Amino acid sequence: MTFKSKMMASTAALLIASSHAAWADGHATHPETGDALATEQVFTYRDLDESPSIDPGVAEDSAGGDILRDLFEGLMNQDADGNLIPGVATGFEVSDDNLVYTFTLRDNAKWSNGDPVVAGDFEYAWKRAASPELASPYSWFIELMSLENASAVIAGEMDPSELGVTAIDDSTLEVRLTQPLPYFAQMTTHFTTFPVHKATVDAHGSEWTQAGNMVSNGAYKLTEFVPQERMVRERNEMYWDNEGTFIDKVVRLVIPDENVALTRYLAGELDRTAVPTGQFPRLSEEYPDEALSVPTACSYYYTINLTDTGNPALMDADVRKALSLAIDRDVIVDNVLAGGQKPAYTFTHWATAGFETPDIPMASMSQADRNAKAAELMTAAGYSADNPLEIDLIYNTSEGHKSVAIAVSQMWKQTLGVETTLANQEWQTFLETRGNQDYQVARAGWCADYNEASTFLDLMDSGSGYNDAKYENAEVDALLAEAKTADNPQANYDRVEEIVAQDTPIIPIYHYASVNMLNDALVGWPVNNFQQNWYSKDFYKKAE
Amino acid sequence: MFPNKATVEALEDAAHMAEVQGRSLWGDARERFFKNRAAVVSLVVLICIAAFGFLGEFVAQWERDFVDFSLMGANATQGVPSFETGHYFGTDASGRDLFARVVQGTRISLMVGVVGALVAVVVGTLYGATAGYFGGRIDGIMMRTVDVLMSIPFMFVLILMLVIFGRSLFMLFLGIGLISWLDMARIARGQTLTIKNKEFVEVAFATGVHPLKIILRHIVPNLLGIVIVYATLLVPSMIIFESFISFLGLGVQEPNTSLGALISEGNKNVGNGTPWQLAFPLFFFVITIFAFFFVGDGLRDALDPKDR
Amino acid sequence: MTAYIIRRLAVAIPTLLILVILSFVLMYAAPGGPFNSERPLPPAVLANIEAKYGLDQPFWKQIVNYVVGVVTQFDFGPSFQYKDRSVNDIIAQGFPVTLTYGFWSFVVAVGVGVSLGVAAAIKQNSWLDYLAVGISVGAQVLPNFVLAPLLVIVFTLWLDWLPGGGWNGGAWQNMVMPVIALSTSYMASIARITRSSMLEVLNTNFIRTAKAKGLPMRRVIWKHALKPTMLPVISYLGPAFVGMITGSVVVDLIFSTGGIGQFFVNSAFNRDYSVIMGITILVGSLTILFNLVVDILYAWIDPKIRY
Repeated sequence: MTFKSKMMASTAALLIASSHAAWADGHATHPETGDALATEQVFTYRDLDESPSIDPGVAEDSAGGDILRDLFEGLMNQDADGNLIPGVATGFEVSDDNLVYTFTLRDNAKWSNGDPVVAGDFEYAWKRAASPELASPYSWFIELMSLENASAVIAGEMDPSELGVTAIDDSTLEVRLTQPLPYFAQMTTHFTTFPVHKATVDAHGSEWTQAGNMVSNGAYKLTEFVPQERMVRERNEMYWDNEGTFIDKVVRLVIPDENVALTRYLAGELDRTAVPTGQFPRLSEEYPDEALSVPTACSYYYTINLTDTGNPALMDADVRKALSLAIDRDVIVDNVLAGGQKPAYTFTHWATAGFETPDIPMASMSQADRNAKAAELMTAAGYSADNPLEIDLIYNTSEGHKSVAIAVSQMWKQTLGVETTLANQEWQTFLETRGNQDYQVARAGWCADYNEASTFLDLMDSGSGYNDAKYENAEVDALLAEAKTADNPQANYDRVEEIVAQDTPIIPIYHYASVNMLNDALVGWPVNNFQQNWYSKDFYKKAE
Repeated sequence: MFPNKATVEALEDAAHMAEVQGRSLWGDARERFFKNRAAVVSLVVLICIAAFGFLGEFVAQWERDFVDFSLMGANATQGVPSFETGHYFGTDASGRDLFARVVQGTRISLMVGVVGALVAVVVGTLYGATAGYFGGRIDGIMMRTVDVLMSIPFMFVLILMLVIFGRSLFMLFLGIGLISWLDMARIARGQTLTIKNKEFVEVAFATGVHPLKIILRHIVPNLLGIVIVYATLLVPSMIIFESFISFLGLGVQEPNTSLGALISEGNKNVGNGTPWQLAFPLFFFVITIFAFFFVGDGLRDALDPKDR
Repeated sequence: MTAYIIRRLAVAIPTLLILVILSFVLMYAAPGGPFNSERPLPPAVLANIEAKYGLDQPFWKQIVNYVVGVVTQFDFGPSFQYKDRSVNDIIAQGFPVTLTYGFWSFVVAVGVGVSLGVAAAIKQNSWLDYLAVGISVGAQVLPNFVLAPLLVIVFTLWLDWLPGGGWNGGAWQNMVMPVIALSTSYMASIARITRSSMLEVLNTNFIRTAKAKGLPMRRVIWKHALKPTMLPVISYLGPAFVGMITGSVVVDLIFSTGGIGQFFVNSAFNRDYSVIMGITILVGSLTILFNLVVDILYAWIDPKIRY
C-alpha cells in the first residue's frame, strides 16, 4: 500500500465512522517532517474580490495567479525560497549567446482528463496569449519575455504562428529571444506562460474556465466555482506528483470586508486572511503563532510630476528633497501601518535577490537632523510660515493610503509649514489622472515582475511607460542600459539609487510586507518567497 | 429611504384639513406642538446638537486635522477618552482628536440633511406649484416626467456619479437634491390644485397678475405648512443616506468628515479595542435622527388634528 | 383597468430608454476606462482590447449596437472586468440570490412590521405600544452597515450558531443574517406606518359603528379595520422593494452572498460599463414593474380609486 492510498483509506474509513475520531490522526504522518497529519486536509482562504479571469492567457491579478498556480503548472516552479525548481519541464539548456532556451518536458505530466502534457500545449498557450484575437490585457508579458516577433504579433502585424516558440517534439520546447534576459527562466513560473488544453478551449470557447469544463494540469482541478462567492479546487488524481500532495481541497472565499473576514477567521472559518491596517500589533500579541508578516516584492512611494503641469515649486530638486527628508518613515512604518513593513530610502525593495541596499546619506541621519536639513532647504528655497508651499496630493481610495497621506501631510505641515490638499480618487480615475500627469504629488506602488532590481529601477528610465514623474536623466538611462548585459550590475544600481535620491523625482516611503493571519496548523507557507508565490501542494495540515 | 408615499399622502390630507381651519391655523398648531412633550424635548435636543456642531469647535482642545504622532497607532492604550489629555472623546487611529472630528462630522451631516431638504423644497415646491397652477397639458407633461424619473434607481445613478465625477460635498448635495424633489413636487402639485380655485387666486388672476407672481405670492406661501413638515421628515433620511454613501467610501474628502464616515471608520475598529471610535459618532447620529423624527411627527400632528 | 396597465407599460419603454442613455452618457463622460491598470497597457494591447469590445467605434454606434443587442437578443454583452463571463451570466447568477434574500426580507419586514404596528395601535399608550415604537425607531436609526458586522460577531464568533457569510446555494443558515440586516429598517418603517394608519382607521365612523353594534374587538380588527389600514402600507412597498435591492449592496459586501449589489458596486468602481448597464436596466425595470403592481393592488383594495 502506498502512503497515499493508505491515507485515503483511513480518511474514507473515518468519514464512514465519525469525523470526530481523533485516533485516526495518528495513522498518517508526513514522510519528511514526521508530523501527524490532520484528517481533514482542507485549506480555506479569503480573497478581497473575484479575479478578472482564471484563464492563464487572460488572467491579470495576483489573486488570480494564486488560483492558477494550483490549477496549472508551468515549465518551472518556485520553491519555498523562490528558487527555480522543475515543473512540467525537468530542466532547460541555454545557447551560448543566451538567446535560445530549450526545455525538456517530463514524460509523466498529465492533464486532468488523462491526456499527456506536451510541448505543443505550451506553444499553443503562448501564441494564444499573444494573439490580438484573444486581446489579453497580459499579452504584454509575452513582449516582456522578449520572445522573437512578440511585438509584431501583438500589434497584429504578424501571424501568431511567427512567435519565437516551437515544439520540436512532444517533450522538447524551443524558445527564441531577441535579447539576452538573465531572468528569463524565472519568468516561466508566471501564469501567462502556463499551458492550455487546446481541445477544451475549442470545445467550450470562452466558457472553458467554468467548473466541469476546465481541463488543467496542476495539482488541483476546479470542481466548484460561484464567482464573487466561492471556488473549490480538489486534488487532481492525474497530477504527476499526486502522491506528494497532501492538501485534498482548497476553498477560496470572496469576502470584500476585511474586518468581517477577520471575524470569520477568528471563528475558525478561514485558514488565512489579510490583517486590516493597524491591527497587526494587537493581533501579533494575542495570536503570536498566527499573525504573520513577510516582506513582499513591492515598494510604496510618492511620485512628483516634473512636467509643465506639475507644481512649479516642485521643479526645484531641493524642495523635493526637503519634502522627502521631512517624512518620518519610522512613524509611518511603526505607527500607521504597524505590520512589519520597512522604511524605504531607496526605490528597490531591500529583499530583492542579489541587491545590496546602497548607503543613501539620508538613511543614516536621525529624524531630527533630517527635519533640520529639510527646514534649511525650504528656507533657502524661499518658503516660510508667511509664504507657505501649497501642494495637492492625490491617492486612490483605500484606508491604508488614506492613513499614510494624512500622516505625511501632517509631517509636512508640522515640520515645514507646507499646506497639503488631500484628494482621493477612484482607482480608474486615479490611474487616468496620474498617467496623464494631471497631478502634483501622487501615491504610487510598484510590485516586482521578477526577482531582480531592474524590475524596480527600470521605472526611472526616461523611456519607461510607467515613469509617471516623467523623470529624465541621461546618466540614469545609460547606467540602466549597461546593467542589462553586465555580469554584476550592482554598481550601476547603486549609482542609480544615489542619483534618484539626489534628484528626488519620487519619494520612497516604505517597502511592503504581506501581513496575514495564518492558521498555525497549516505547515509549509513560503515565508521566504519574496514574490509570495505559494502552491497549495506544498502545504499540509498537522493534527491539533 | 425617503418619506414614503404614505406619509406623502397623509400630508396631502393634512394640509387640506389645515387649510379648512382658516386663520387660526398657525396659532393652533403651535399650541398643539408645544403640548407634545416628545416633540418639544426633541426640539431642545436638536438645538443642543446644532449648538454642538457649530460651536463645539471652541470647546475642543485640538484641531480636527492635527495628528499627534505619539498617539498614532497607539490609540487603544493612549488615545482613551480623558479630560486630562483634552481628548474628551479619545483619538482615532491616526492620532487625531475625536471630539473635534465629531463636532465637524455633526456639522457636515446636519448640513447635508438641511441642504438636501432645502433643494428638495425649493425645486419641488416650484415645480409642483407650476404644474398644478397651469394644469392641463403642461401639468400632464410635467407630472409624467416626474413619474419617469421616479422609476430610475437613483441610488445607483448617484453611486455612478460619485465614482465618475469624484466625490465632493457639492456632488453629494446635487445628487441627494436630485432624488428628493420628486415627492415634494407631487405634494405641492396636489395642494396647488385645491388652492388655485380659491377666491383670492381667482381675484389675482382676474386682475391680470402675472402667473409667476401668483405662484410665488399667493400659492407658495399657502403650501408652507406642509412643506415644512415634509422637509423635517426629509432631513433624517438625508443623513442616513449620506452615511450609506460614506460606508461605500464615497463620502466627503479627508481631512473633512461626517458622522457617517466616522461611524464607518469606528465600525472597522470595533474589534480593535477602541469602542469609543464607534460609540461617540453613533450616539450623535442616533440622537439627531431620533430628534428629527419626533419633531417631524409632532409638526405633522400639530398641523393635522385628525389623529388626536 | 387594462387600458391603464397598457398605458403604464407604454410609459415604461421611454423610461428605460432614458435610463440607458443617461447611464451610457455618464460612463462615457467618465475619466478612466475599464482597461486602465497600475501598469498602463502598451498601445497595441489596448487597441486589441478596444477592438474586441467595440470601444473603438463612435459613441452613437456603440449605443445603437448596445440597444439593438439588448432588444433583439436580450444580450447585455460581455463583462469588461470579469473576462471569462458575460453580463447575462453575472445577472443569472447574482439576481436569483438577491431576489431570494430580498423576498424573505420582504416577508419578514411586512409580517413583523404589520403585527408590531397593529399591536401597538390596539394597545395605544400601553407598555406594548412604547416597546413597539421604541423597537421600530431604534431599528430604523441603526445603519445596517453597523448592524451587519455586529451580527457576524455575535452569531458566528461568540455563539457559533451560523456561518459568517457566503450563500451556499441558499441554505437557510446562510440566509438568517442577511435577512435580519436587510429587513430591520423596513420592518420599522412598516410598523410605524401601520400604527398610525390603524389609529386613524379605528377613529373612523364605520369602525365606531361596528364597535357600537357589539362586534368583538378581534372581529372588528380583522374584518373591518385591517384592510383600510393596509392602504398606506401597500403604497410603501414599492419604495421598500427598491430599497431592498439597493440595500443588497451592504448585504453582499458584508456577508459575501454574491448578489447583484456587489457586482454593481464593483463594476461601478472598475468602470465595467456593460455590467453597470445591465444591472441598472434590470433594477429600473423591476422598479417600474413593482410600482405598477403596487398601484394595481391599491386599486383592488380601495374601491374609491378609478383609473
